[in-house]
Amino acid sequence: MSPRARLAVFGCAGAGLAALLFWGLAGLPAFGHYQGAYGNQLEREVMPERHTTNLVGAVVFDYRGIDTLGEEFILFTAVMGVTLLLRKNREQEIEDAPDDTVRSDAVRIAGLFLVAPTFLLGLWVAAFGYVTPGGGFQGGVVLAGALLLVYLTGGSRRYTGVTPLTAVEMAEASGAGAFVALGLAGLIAHGAYLHNFLGAGRQGTLESGGSIPLVNWATALAVTTAMLLLFKEFLEEYSVPVARRRG
Amino acid sequence: MSYLPYVVAGWLFLIGLYGVVTSRNFIHLTVCLTVMQSSTYVLLLAIGYKHRSSAPIFYGIPAGSRVVDPVVQALTLTDIVVSVAVVALILSLALDIHEQAKTLDPEQAVEVSG
Amino acid sequence: MSWLLVMPVVVPLASAALVAAGDHVVPEAVKEYPPMIAAAASAVFSVLLLLQVQSHDLVHWHGGWTPRHGVAIGIAFVGEPLGVGFAAFAGVIVTAALVFSWHYMEESPRLYRVLMLVFLAAVSGFALSADLFNMFVWFELGAVATYALAGYMVEELGPLQGAINFAITNSIAAFSILFGIGLVYGRTGALNLAQIGESLAQRRPDGLVIVAFTLIVAGFFVKSALVPFHLWLADTYAVAPAPVCLVFAAVMSELGLFGIARIYWTAFSGAFAAHSGAITATFVAVGLATALLGAVMALLQRHLKRLLAYTVIAHVGVTLVGIGLLNAKGTAAAANLVLAHGLLTGALFLGAGVLLREFGDVDELRLFGRGGRLRVLGTTLALAAVGLAGVPYVGTFLGHSLLDESARTRGYGWVAPLTVLATAVSSAAVLRAVARIFFAVGTREDPLLSAQPPEEPPEEEANRPLMVVVTALLVALGLAASVIPGLQDRTEHAADHFRDRRAYVGQLLHGEQAKHEPSPVVLHSAKPVSLVYGGLEAAILLAATALGLYRRRVPLGVRRVAGRFLGPPITVLRGFHSGIAADYVAWITVGTALIGGIWALTLR
Repeated sequence: MSPRARLAVFGCAGAGLAALLFWGLAGLPAFGHYQGAYGNQLEREVMPERHTTNLVGAVVFDYRGIDTLGEEFILFTAVMGVTLLLRKNREQEIEDAPDDTVRSDAVRIAGLFLVAPTFLLGLWVAAFGYVTPGGGFQGGVVLAGALLLVYLTGGSRRYTGVTPLTAVEMAEASGAGAFVALGLAGLIAHGAYLHNFLGAGRQGTLESGGSIPLVNWATALAVTTAMLLLFKEFLEEYSVPVARRRG
Repeated sequence: MSYLPYVVAGWLFLIGLYGVVTSRNFIHLTVCLTVMQSSTYVLLLAIGYKHRSSAPIFYGIPAGSRVVDPVVQALTLTDIVVSVAVVALILSLALDIHEQAKTLDPEQAVEVSG
Repeated sequence: MSWLLVMPVVVPLASAALVAAGDHVVPEAVKEYPPMIAAAASAVFSVLLLLQVQSHDLVHWHGGWTPRHGVAIGIAFVGEPLGVGFAAFAGVIVTAALVFSWHYMEESPRLYRVLMLVFLAAVSGFALSADLFNMFVWFELGAVATYALAGYMVEELGPLQGAINFAITNSIAAFSILFGIGLVYGRTGALNLAQIGESLAQRRPDGLVIVAFTLIVAGFFVKSALVPFHLWLADTYAVAPAPVCLVFAAVMSELGLFGIARIYWTAFSGAFAAHSGAITATFVAVGLATALLGAVMALLQRHLKRLLAYTVIAHVGVTLVGIGLLNAKGTAAAANLVLAHGLLTGALFLGAGVLLREFGDVDELRLFGRGGRLRVLGTTLALAAVGLAGVPYVGTFLGHSLLDESARTRGYGWVAPLTVLATAVSSAAVLRAVARIFFAVGTREDPLLSAQPPEEPPEEEANRPLMVVVTALLVALGLAASVIPGLQDRTEHAADHFRDRRAYVGQLLHGEQAKHEPSPVVLHSAKPVSLVYGGLEAAILLAATALGLYRRRVPLGVRRVAGRFLGPPITVLRGFHSGIAADYVAWITVGTALIGGIWALTLR
């Protein structure tokens, strides 16, 4: 179709779709008046059951843990997929590093001051994810971001140095596999997949939530390494052409 | 006012869809898809909101206080991860297409049809 | 709780992680085996489950979170015959694909196998889940795996175009489904399908329920490629590697249909009980349009895989008619059609893969007669085409006769001739291509057929005898699908149970157990009408094949007149399938708005 015909077709259909969407949305309870049984039930239950102060963390890693398993593997699959799609039939490895050395002192000093605190922040967000806002996913992304800062302020040679490929790949698969394995542990211990299997501990501390911390850390590991692998794949798209241009 | 967040969600869905239909660049198209995805975030989070409630974290607040729905927040988290995965894959495909066809224009990068 | 019920999901996922992690440790020589064994193990678990659920359903609440005060706070898996059957079928197909692709996929084999295992886990999870959002998560997991699998051949533009169109259209479908899920959650405050169903059944459906149902159905229509949401499919199936196409055609295309059936019966059937007539009418209309369009477009192709892609669309249309009739026989018809179609069409894709490996091409005219030394394969594929047509007691015959019976009981008897026509014509396209390629029958030229550029075969040696054996095995199973003793009765019972919302609610929310009476193990007994239709299929198949092969022998005058009448519509039809994602998305919007509009008027 010509772009104009397409726009005309879409214009009419879009108007119809808009009418439908707003008609449907009008049937929702007014904003701020949530009445759902699911959320309200959980509000009452989570603290007594699991002593977990972060309700979202408890929902993500325990009550709806099988959803998170699927989500974890979506990330894993995306990494596999991106690696598959961005593979190159390289006969020879590009030995010389691309010319993306950072020349500005200000940027390098910023890196010096930012990388370690960001890394610590990531660890903290992941570690306390079921006590205060945070979690394996959030913390994992911050951790990966800290390492990406290494690239931004130090160049890709430094980045490749701190993220050895084989280790990161194995860690990624291990994180995903650990999640599955923790579910099996719950199955063996209590007869249900992903059943929580350590004592509920003391609320407000790191030893709360039973096996939620374990699942949380498996997720953090898997997410960090998945993001690192994604960065690496896309960085190689950029770095290699630069190297080709030079040599 | 009490339906504004839902209107925003609907609008984001439609404008993202419009962007996809009129796009001439795969990267731009991917960003339009993320706009459509964010409409679902807004919808879910708006549904779970309660007036005069705090975040669903009971650290430091008395047990039994009103909190918003934690379930939609968990759903949104999953949704965001899905979005990351899909965007990563579509961008990879766009990069590959650029490698083969030297263009990012959906109208130019057509090999099979009919 | 049944531990077996989680195995079809856990086994492939664990294996995928292990295959990915162990890649650097496992010796090269044995790397092929673990993924095949894992897929086979998953299939075995699913079959064991299938045997168990013949007597009673199984339920597994993850995390041990059984419902409290009638509110489901966890996520459940439910093992009932149709869902478990679909998971078992997926296990068999993925195993077959991995066996076929032994040495076939030499580039990044580890990634390919991991993606296939993940896809199997996703399909199993989707079929077993009793939670609406959980179903969405598995749906997305499968989608993400398939986007990468579709674009496997990154060195050519064709596969990449197909893959990106696939990713764009199906992502929009996912957003549509998620928006619908959000609306449902906003109304019912629940994500468990049984609980949603109870909540929605309490009042008359209003705008929100209708729009939510529209959005969810539209999203699944995109995945299963129904008109006008289907435009992405031919691009993608034409260029994906053959074992990937097997999985796509046999499992992925049916996923959307299963989703619609499951979600309708558990969540929406209570609310729309009084309006099922309108829903049936819409589904039947969409199904027939899809079936006929698929058949016509299949006739117009010379690229074998694109031709097969359109036959998939035709079959999906017929299957939707079965589901849309909303009775037990219709759903049973759909289940049997999925089984037979999946095996036979999948085998045809594998055959195309063999051709690609041998000759570097899958064009019907360019390959004219060159398949002469592959007579065994040619005969197998010809039999597959005959099985697809539903000739009496072969292949899809059981599904078609059930479909016909169910249509008549709902007053839709006129549907049967149309489905017969669509099926026979699409099978004729296949038979025509097979006749040309393997048996040098027919004319060498035909300007009516649209050509596509040749594609690169995957590298390295492949095991041709193995590939032919796997293909033949699938064809044999597919042909036998109509004569498996007891299959008709079991699928009818299973379908009847699948539709039973009260039983579903009972076992999920109230801990009741759903038992099934044993069915007699008898052969399918066809009504005379079905035999007549079966014969009609055979006749149309032969006539259409002959017409396709010898079109030039038709008198010039007749051809000119036909050309003047049929030419413009065909050009328009071809124009829709432009290869541009934006066009496809525009038509998806049109379809969603139309269906929503029709239901807005008829479902209140």
